[in-house]
Amino acid sequence: MSAASQVSPAATPGVAEHRQGGMLAGRGAAMAAAVIFLLLALLPLAATALNDPFLMVTATRIMIFALAALSLDLVLGYGAMVSFGHAAFIGIGAYAVAILSANGVGDILVQAIAAVAASALFALVTGAISLRTRGVYFIMITLAFGQMAYFFMVSLSAYGGDDGITLPARSTLFGAPLLDDDMALFYAVLAVLILAFAGLRAVVASRFGRVLRGTRDNAQRMQAIGFSPFRYQLTAYVMAGAIAGIAGVFLANQAEFVSPAYMTWQRSGELIVMVVLGGMGTLVGAIAGAIAFLLVEDWLAIFSEHWKLGLGILLVLLVLFTRGGIVGGVERLTGRSQP
Amino acid sequence: MFNLFLLQALNGIQFGILLFLVAAGLTLIFGIMDLINLGHGVLYMVGAYFVATLTAWTGDFFLGLALALPATLAFGILLERLIFSRLYERDHLDQVLATFGLILILNEGVKMIWGAAPMSVPIPDLLSGSIPLIGFMRYPVFRIVIIAAGLLTALGLYLLVSHTRIGMLLRAGATDAPMVSALGVDIKRLFMLVFGLGAMLAGFAGAMVAPILSVEPSMGDSVLILTFVVIVIGGVGSVRGAFVAALLVGLVDTLGRTFGPILLRSMMEPSAAAQTGQTLAPMLIYILMAAVLFFRPSGLFPSRGAVA
Repeated sequence: MSAASQVSPAATPGVAEHRQGGMLAGRGAAMAAAVIFLLLALLPLAATALNDPFLMVTATRIMIFALAALSLDLVLGYGAMVSFGHAAFIGIGAYAVAILSANGVGDILVQAIAAVAASALFALVTGAISLRTRGVYFIMITLAFGQMAYFFMVSLSAYGGDDGITLPARSTLFGAPLLDDDMALFYAVLAVLILAFAGLRAVVASRFGRVLRGTRDNAQRMQAIGFSPFRYQLTAYVMAGAIAGIAGVFLANQAEFVSPAYMTWQRSGELIVMVVLGGMGTLVGAIAGAIAFLLVEDWLAIFSEHWKLGLGILLVLLVLFTRGGIVGGVERLTGRSQP
Repeated sequence: MFNLFLLQALNGIQFGILLFLVAAGLTLIFGIMDLINLGHGVLYMVGAYFVATLTAWTGDFFLGLALALPATLAFGILLERLIFSRLYERDHLDQVLATFGLILILNEGVKMIWGAAPMSVPIPDLLSGSIPLIGFMRYPVFRIVIIAAGLLTALGLYLLVSHTRIGMLLRAGATDAPMVSALGVDIKRLFMLVFGLGAMLAGFAGAMVAPILSVEPSMGDSVLILTFVVIVIGGVGSVRGAFVAALLVGLVDTLGRTFGPILLRSMMEPSAAAQTGQTLAPMLIYILMAAVLFFRPSGLFPSRGAVA
């Protein structure tokens, strides 16, 4: 145990302090996000021109994971909480859709409210327990709670258990099957992604966000000036869980299938990789990281069925040979000094 | 009913002993190096594959085991030199990412070398029988051997940690590694030793279950998570805590799966009881973990200062 872990409550001390605000902070981040969103908005045109409908399906999937990664960035990048169970919230959101539609409730608004409520409640309970600990404990406990949710769904044989469950149809809006069209689903996900990005930007810029960032940088000092880090960190954790639940709602609709495989701990690990790859604590980095990660994954899969080997090697090399982690390495390469 | 209880309790202890073998090394690695190692489960898998291959090669399980142990030790030290030794100074997030990458590499590597199909290792003839418990109940000798081997290992670890100079350094390292280093102890060698030992113990666990479970890629992943639960309950860095928690987790999980539905049946109708029991049983150990943490956030045996 290092001396540092003694002082900082919850999460890993100093995880983000030397990485925040990196290459994509402030106004640059907003510009980068605007470019990404614009390109995404134009993508269906390209898909039509190239007569490649699969392009839009892939892009929808990427945006759904970008939404989940975005929410994880609030926890990981701004809260310095290394949460290793984030995929559980996606799964809970997806199962809210599956369970409700299997029982005849197909309206996406009802499903989304249920998904947000369920994932926020799960985040509230597990977060309140996990945040009593810090450092490696926090990582292991969030991982264990994620597994708990996973095993719950695996043994839920009424809704497919291990095999998963196929949705009878995509969700409807006030009875209209609007999302049956892939392009409509694409724009719905894009709209929610933009909304979440704008909302989270406002959150991290607010007083709440400043307290959260202050806690990340020096929890003891924040406590000394009268803030209770626990409440702020828990609030961020619950918000992130709820947003990931929304991602789950869309994932269920996109695949028209839900299974416990959505919430494996490997998936949680991949979400962390996306956020770190793109740059923690920047929001737009999480989106860029999700896009990059899933494209690399698809690209490696073309070459070999053993693409995970390549991914693993890439990951180890990036961490070992770029000082200060991946973002630190990218920053050094691009010549930007660290704050 | 009592017989069933005894049988399941023995199974629970056997499961707990295995978890202890994996957790013992990992809790020291967490406690002494402050390193979060997700890659420990793959060492368990590698141990199982080594023993499967070497048993097939030599035609004898014991010879295979005797060769597999130094092989996992060497493999662990190799990984420590190549990867882990560079991670000690990094923050936890870097450690998570690198060891997550390591899992991907080794799981896929195993699949490439040995194929995705499960391998089986025959139980050696000498240990293939069963012994009578009470009445008609019998229990396989091999599972008894696993329990005995685990208990012996636990005793050996206790002696090592509590009564030797190396053990003293380990305890000191868990309390304050920089201070131990400042006092002139070669901390790098100590770290390497702990890592090699932990790898060998995990490999030993994998080797011992190879004859009763199927040897397959990713078999270490579920064990890794259960090991985390054990370490969190027991207290990071505490071998004694890992022992108590491993048995607790093994017993609660095994007995919960069998007796949960039976207990529920007295409260609700049979089909609902079966369904609820089946759903709740796998969650029991996580609920146990949450309950322990709620009352003792640093586990049952908080380690500051005490490894043993």
